[in-house]
Amino acid sequence: MRYLDEYRDGAAAQKMLRQIERVATRPWTIMEVCGSQTHAILKYGIDELLPPQITLIHGPGCPVCVTPVETVDQALVIASRDDVIFTSYGDMLRVPGSSKDLLSVKAEGGDVRMVYSPMDALKVARDNPGKRVVFFAIGFETTAPANAMAVVAAEREGLANFLMLTSHVLIPPAIQAIASSPENRVQGFLAPGHVCTVTGYAQYEPLAKKYRLPIVVTGFEPLDILHAIHMLVSQLEAGRHEVENQYSRSVTREGNRQAQALIDEVFEVADQRWRGIGVIPCSGLRLKGRYTKYDAARVFALEETASREASVCIAGLVLQGVRKPPECPAFGKECTPEHALGAPMVSSEGACAAYYLYARRAGTAR
Amino acid sequence: MCLGIPGEVISIEENGEQMRRAKVRFGGITRDVYLDLVPEAQVGDYVIVHVGFAISKVNAEEAERVFELLSQLEGDDALPG
Repeated sequence: MRYLDEYRDGAAAQKMLRQIERVATRPWTIMEVCGSQTHAILKYGIDELLPPQITLIHGPGCPVCVTPVETVDQALVIASRDDVIFTSYGDMLRVPGSSKDLLSVKAEGGDVRMVYSPMDALKVARDNPGKRVVFFAIGFETTAPANAMAVVAAEREGLANFLMLTSHVLIPPAIQAIASSPENRVQGFLAPGHVCTVTGYAQYEPLAKKYRLPIVVTGFEPLDILHAIHMLVSQLEAGRHEVENQYSRSVTREGNRQAQALIDEVFEVADQRWRGIGVIPCSGLRLKGRYTKYDAARVFALEETASREASVCIAGLVLQGVRKPPECPAFGKECTPEHALGAPMVSSEGACAAYYLYARRAGTAR
Repeated sequence: MCLGIPGEVISIEENGEQMRRAKVRFGGITRDVYLDLVPEAQVGDYVIVHVGFAISKVNAEEAERVFELLSQLEGDDALPG
């Protein structure tokens, strides 16, 4: 396929690797924030091909993984109701709450349906006027405009039986939280290309300046990632800390104005809890103004229950890049994609699932 | 979750709906995609699609840059010195 295959070309990747080897003279630690990039890095063996002085650590860029367990528990309560059809992206169906997941609710008779787009959920609402249709609206800035569009369309149609349970998270506050942590080891960031497609990258410039960390907006194919690493290492070697755009075939500095306007119309910035990490100030989006009537948590007046996490799981440390998945005592033993203790082992973007899938074990991963 | 796939716009529905839909081809598969976030997209353009919405139009000129850079860098390697 055009714009995919050429960026998976082995010869081009080898050339880029040679350039990285030429430019890297010292040890550098780089974080790829986005879970899709983590999977590409492990799938194509980029972590094993890079010169040994470059260490990649994996960031919290997996919305499925960071959706708070309290919100998953709320989803389980709502999805169990007889008057509800609960719709969700597939990844969320097997994410463990305190005691079970959405697939268990489905097995117990709950009407839980997988959708590929919020517009599919809207169609379910149109087709089932006698039910309340709740969409589990999770995601980063990439997904927020589509979720906002569904609410705007529901408002336009007067679709009163459509609701959303939201868990939207923002990338720059997460980068700030990592960069300002006393435990931070990251010397440069690969920023997520599709988030920046929507938001642009101007908001990353103050972060690069304040923390003196180079940031490169990065695409998702192996050649994109290697190119971005070359750009980042070149900056690090030269002592520069700027924001550069590797993924310029999709990203501009100002981003997608229509998408930004839609987000601003429907959502407002709020403090947000990240699973395994805790509350990060101003790192989430919640429905605002006249759109709060679509907020399922508000409509069903859900109180926070006493949620709990599996005690042995170190997902929070993995999501912050402090530990790697094979360092978890449960990894590959009582925690596998088929029976996961933590969200990063379930999600198609989770670091634990990537390590398990691409057979990285303790002692083999750098 | 932030998966975005490039596909070619092969037709645009102008049916008076408030939302603008297109048929977009991804290899051998064609899907309905909303163009509301990328209103400038035309038939023949490639767009990046995420959860049923086009989020950007692929900039063909920018897409070539990495290959131009590689030729340039490889050329530098061939220089004596």
